[in-house]
Amino acid sequence: MASNNSIKKTLIVAFSLCVVCSVVVSSAAVVLKPKQVQNQELDRKSNILQVTELYKPGDNVDEKYAELITPRVVDLKTGQYADNLDPETYDQFEAAKDPATSRTLSGEQDLAGIGRQENYATVYLVGNPDDPEQIVLPIRGQGLWGLMEGFLSVRGDGNTIVGLSYYDQSETPGLGGEVDNPRWKAKWDGKKIYADGDYQDPQIHLVKGGASGEYQVDALSGASLTSRGVTNMLRFWLSDEGFAPYLARFHHDSQGGA
Amino acid sequence: MAKDSVRDVVLSPVFKNNPIALQVLGICSALAVTNSMSVSLVMGLAVIAVTAFSNLFVSLIRSHIPSSIRIIVQMTIIASLVIVVDQVLRAYAYDMSKQLSVFVGLIITNCIVMGRAEAYAMQNGPVMSFLDGVGNGLGYAVILLIVGFVRELLGSGSVFGLTVLPTVQNGGWYVPNGLMLLPPSAFFVIGLFIWVLRWFNPEQVEKTEYRIVANSKAKIKETANV
Repeated sequence: MASNNSIKKTLIVAFSLCVVCSVVVSSAAVVLKPKQVQNQELDRKSNILQVTELYKPGDNVDEKYAELITPRVVDLKTGQYADNLDPETYDQFEAAKDPATSRTLSGEQDLAGIGRQENYATVYLVGNPDDPEQIVLPIRGQGLWGLMEGFLSVRGDGNTIVGLSYYDQSETPGLGGEVDNPRWKAKWDGKKIYADGDYQDPQIHLVKGGASGEYQVDALSGASLTSRGVTNMLRFWLSDEGFAPYLARFHHDSQGGA
Repeated sequence: MAKDSVRDVVLSPVFKNNPIALQVLGICSALAVTNSMSVSLVMGLAVIAVTAFSNLFVSLIRSHIPSSIRIIVQMTIIASLVIVVDQVLRAYAYDMSKQLSVFVGLIITNCIVMGRAEAYAMQNGPVMSFLDGVGNGLGYAVILLIVGFVRELLGSGSVFGLTVLPTVQNGGWYVPNGLMLLPPSAFFVIGLFIWVLRWFNPEQVEKTEYRIVANSKAKIKETANV
């Protein structure tokens, strides 16, 4: 055993162990990488499909997504499509971190509490891209404990909500965590965002106890701060700072068509 | 060292010498990941795999490990295995790995894994070490599942995601206990479990190391005044 403790043996053991372990770890990472990327992609697609309420359990996510969804990149300031950016490769979350492709929000503007906002966002059009059935918008903002990320789906008139769902949130289980409850999510269907085509001021909000009318949704019981977070994030992303210029186009489009 | 029987090595850590209930090791992850049964199950399986294989590999090279760096050698093996398990979970159980998030990585710091490598695998052959790892992993997994069962049933009214007690939020009658969904409740559940276990196995109760006596300072003060 004494020979085990010689400097030479110690170095040999340490070195060979490191080589073996690094080979094992890196080969596991490389071999499993394609599968992991596929999983993340599938997860993102199924989140988008779920908020449109067109997805039934058991459907093939890839096929359904390819059939229904067309991603486009939107310039948030003008509301026009940015055709120079490829929606398949553009990552708005990366863009939000880079000062060159995002802007700092002042305390007053920053209702959602996100700090920086990207200049371009990816939206997902359901059905015919020129006259979409639904438009899925990515939204995010502070809840009680942390950032909540999700999708809001709006009908082709740019004003009627289909659904709201969060794919990443860390709210209190059983209280704020109920944003994931299908019964609560079902309350969003058919609600309206703007009154009389006034795109300056989104009307949709959560109210405690007895929501009435088409601009109100019941707040989550026992979760005032999460509910406030949801209202603030909708107000932010549906205002002029967010998707209002883009959604306003659908209002004019539909009038022009009629 | 006397030869252990296979049966003893695998089964005794489950109830008789449970790493969580008797040795009170690996508590932190038991608090964090037990709010539902399915998450507990996956976490238990991950720990079984890591403990078993780290014991196996440590035991295989035990006669070549210089004692001066043996802890580092064990840690390197454990850390590599944990990364492999994490990668596998991400590839084949993506939803689970999202829920377990950082706690898979934290298996590295689970005292059970390293405790078994140091205490058992360094002195015993590879096969027995492997089985010892499986046994201790099982002991951990059993506690996780019991705690997960109590917490999921009382906190969400379901078991493995299937509704047993329909909750008020979903139009049923059961008012869920919100505390059960938060980590502190696992403290109570584990504590109660240890109590029950020691009730059946009184020899597990530690000897009292010292007894708290009545405060003697007050007395001295009194006499000083007199």
